[in-house]
Amino acid sequence: MKKIGLIVNPIAGMGGAVGLKGTDGIHTLEKALALGATPRAPQRAREALEALFKCINVDSLFYTCPQDMGENLLKVYTKNYKLAFPKFKGELSSSLDTIEAAKLMKECKVDLILFAGGDGTARDICSAIGLDVPVLGIPSGVKIHSAAFAVTPAKAGELAAKFLSGKVRNLKESEVMDIDEEAYRAGEVKARLFGYLLIPWERNKIQSRKAGTMPSERAIQQAIAEEVVTNMEEGTLYLLGPGTTVKAIGDRLGIEKSLLGVDGVLDGSLIGKDLIEKEILKLVEQHKKVKVIVSPIGGQGYILGRGNLQLSPRVIRRVAKENIIIVSTPQKIASLHGSPLLVDSGDANLDKSMRGVYPVITGYRERMMYRVEA
Amino acid sequence: MGMNMETKLRDFHQARWDEPIIYELSREGERGILIPEVDEVMRYPDEGLEEIPQELRREAPPNLPEMGQMRVLRHYLRLSQENLGADLNIDIGQGTCTMKYSPKINDQLAANPKVSELHPFQSQETVQGLLKMMYETEQYLRGISGMDRFSLHPGGGSHAIFTIASIVRAWVDSRGESDKRDEIITTIFSHPSNAAASKLKGFKVITIYPGPDGRPDIEALKAAVSERTAALFITNPEDIGIYNSRIKEFTDIVHSVGGLCSYDQANLNGIMGLTRAREAGFDLCFYNLHKTFSSPHGCGGPGGGVVGVTEELAQFLPVPLVSFDETTGKYFLDYDVPNTIGKVKDFYGVVPVILRAYAWIRSLGEEGLKEAAKVALLNNNYIFKKILDIKGASAPYAEGELRMEQVRYSWEKLYKDTGVTTTDIQNRMFDFGVHYWTSHEPWIVPEPFTIEPTESYSKDELDEFIAILKHVANEAYTNPEIVKTAPHKSVIHHIDHDYLDDPEKWAITWRAYKKKYTGYFEPRKNRDE
Ligand SMILES: Cc1ncc(COP(=O)(O)O)c(C=O)c1O
Repeated sequence: MKKIGLIVNPIAGMGGAVGLKGTDGIHTLEKALALGATPRAPQRAREALEALFKCINVDSLFYTCPQDMGENLLKVYTKNYKLAFPKFKGELSSSLDTIEAAKLMKECKVDLILFAGGDGTARDICSAIGLDVPVLGIPSGVKIHSAAFAVTPAKAGELAAKFLSGKVRNLKESEVMDIDEEAYRAGEVKARLFGYLLIPWERNKIQSRKAGTMPSERAIQQAIAEEVVTNMEEGTLYLLGPGTTVKAIGDRLGIEKSLLGVDGVLDGSLIGKDLIEKEILKLVEQHKKVKVIVSPIGGQGYILGRGNLQLSPRVIRRVAKENIIIVSTPQKIASLHGSPLLVDSGDANLDKSMRGVYPVITGYRERMMYRVEA
Repeated sequence: MGMNMETKLRDFHQARWDEPIIYELSREGERGILIPEVDEVMRYPDEGLEEIPQELRREAPPNLPEMGQMRVLRHYLRLSQENLGADLNIDIGQGTCTMKYSPKINDQLAANPKVSELHPFQSQETVQGLLKMMYETEQYLRGISGMDRFSLHPGGGSHAIFTIASIVRAWVDSRGESDKRDEIITTIFSHPSNAAASKLKGFKVITIYPGPDGRPDIEALKAAVSERTAALFITNPEDIGIYNSRIKEFTDIVHSVGGLCSYDQANLNGIMGLTRAREAGFDLCFYNLHKTFSSPHGCGGPGGGVVGVTEELAQFLPVPLVSFDETTGKYFLDYDVPNTIGKVKDFYGVVPVILRAYAWIRSLGEEGLKEAAKVALLNNNYIFKKILDIKGASAPYAEGELRMEQVRYSWEKLYKDTGVTTTDIQNRMFDFGVHYWTSHEPWIVPEPFTIEPTESYSKDELDEFIAILKHVANEAYTNPEIVKTAPHKSVIHHIDHDYLDDPEKWAITWRAYKKKYTGYFEPRKNRDE
């Protein structure tokens, strides 16, 4: 018997259409509807369920939320479901319900939580359960920066079915991105790295056996860390940016690197954790030699300006571009399908001067030459 | 009733025998041939045995399957029916592998007892014909490449790359630059063995990505080279089928920092006889005889990966070379290679493969070789145009330009429209009696497939392949389920790759299988008690 959680954020994806942004806390279906938006998430979730029920071949019990947060859709397909809670906290559903539902589903030990929503929904679920339960997003938001979503709703359904029946077993830590509300500059909204969710990950059914088996993502990150650490110089301040690839360097050094923050490392020791811009500048002033280690965040390939705003234009100017070390798994580079790495530091002139070909460390004694564009 | 000549679709069904592994068929005591009893003296040829260290001597006879002749025959015929070999299907889907026709007459030459019964320790006096054949093969290869000397020894392309990496290593060491020149540059669309062999030989690997035109980014090369550069390992045209006409600039850049340039010409088919490694500025190159030169692939070997080098590097080639002594008028195995990397293969190398290539070159002649390359280009560009007309298919990079001997295509649009992946299409192709290969990882081209028609196939056959591809793509739009659940008419419907990916589970020998699945080795200790 497999247990599946289903959470639908009924208004995900409507905000964009009617200019409702920054609706955190309001989250009202009625308001969006009044503005003329049509609900998008229910339709997307339906497509996913359609595919799920077509493929699934194991006994399953669903946990979902009342009304338009799941039940209305699910009851068309099955009677085998329970409600995580009987009614919403408020009159209408809100992000609090999403968080509550995710927590309760975790307690019920579900095998997978399927959710329909956008980056905001992913963030809510991430804050509730982190990496404790595998999760898969049905893409329903207007903009999706997070990597926690399947490519299409139908793919989400199929992948969920395969995961539950054991055909797909791999899990991958995937970035949850969100609009940064404490925007670095007033008026500018940027995606930032919020955290990680564990999503099922399907390898190609039949892969070329001409090439050997790929090592796991984790193994490659360790190889990258080995390469970086081997070449670390004494007396140089290293500023380690966010993300799992950079965190692996911290693991290799045996320090508690913050996952989402920028940390300072000197001669193998942590000298500043989760630093803000001011602290970074101060550290940079105190050290003659400084290097910054960054990794592309999310699917778009940003190395600056997404998820690491602390590494501000002032910091980068001071460090100079030849002291930026880019690390990435080869898969991440491949997933860009040839489009360049990007910088969006907030300073257009700086960005322009950063353009060029950079070495990207992709493994132990391995690097790629890759273009960076502004 | 034969196939429908209008639609060109066959009502195909692959044989399915559900054949067990040969060890499972083995019956104790069953024999294919009963060998006459031998007398005592012959039974125990103890002489020399004592030189073999104790721990290397077998205590029990090897565990070989025991079977009668007819059962052996049936077993392998059944397995062969469960295959889609080059002699059965229109094998143009195996892009990068150059699946051309290997004339059967050449197989007969290779199987001729005059060749097959030769003994590797036979006196060189008695194998002058064979040595002459090898010597002449080398002369032809020199002409085709512009290189000064060839080793015919490596048994495949990756083996050739390994040989080349060993030569580069020996060259670097001989110059006392072992600590300095420790980097090899390659490209992402070059064969992965280029990076792998370099690593194996202790080099760091730098990989270059293509620019928007599909050619390796020359700016990236400039940024990559330095006094640390030992060599460039590159292919041209790369696996995506786009010719890099600035190749000489690439080799010049590497030479300017003192590095060597190695040309992966495993697949020479688009430029054979038309351009040469020498003029492109290369110091080393290799050809796969089992691709371009028409020897069969031999299912992963043995093949032939002949390595050519300039005069300067000939001193490092593996031994023996085949040389000709003017004074005696004899051919001989030449071990006089001052800084040789040593041996890479036993005895003479893979003689049947070399012989087939020799026969093929001789039968075509210079004009024929050039013609083969041109027809391969023509066939490919014909198919290229036809495939681009299929809904959902595209060929990334260099839009509007013709291609060389193969093309890397993408089903990105089809995937976005229908959710059908390239592996789904691949699986569905089996249902019509053909197959295609997706592409090397990593998939920089999304949902890729690589088609290489070579010069061997007729227009009718190319049209049949295209008709199947088109039909399946159309199914993706109209009936995606049938594609996603394919194959329906093949031997096996789904292979569980966990067994190949998980070191705990994989078993490439029967012994390993027994060990991992039935605890063979634990009880074995007690077996003799
Ligand atoms: C360009 C290229 N180089 C090298 C190789 C390796 O050759 P082999 O398979 O004989 O080891 C191949 C074969 O696929 C190839 O296409």
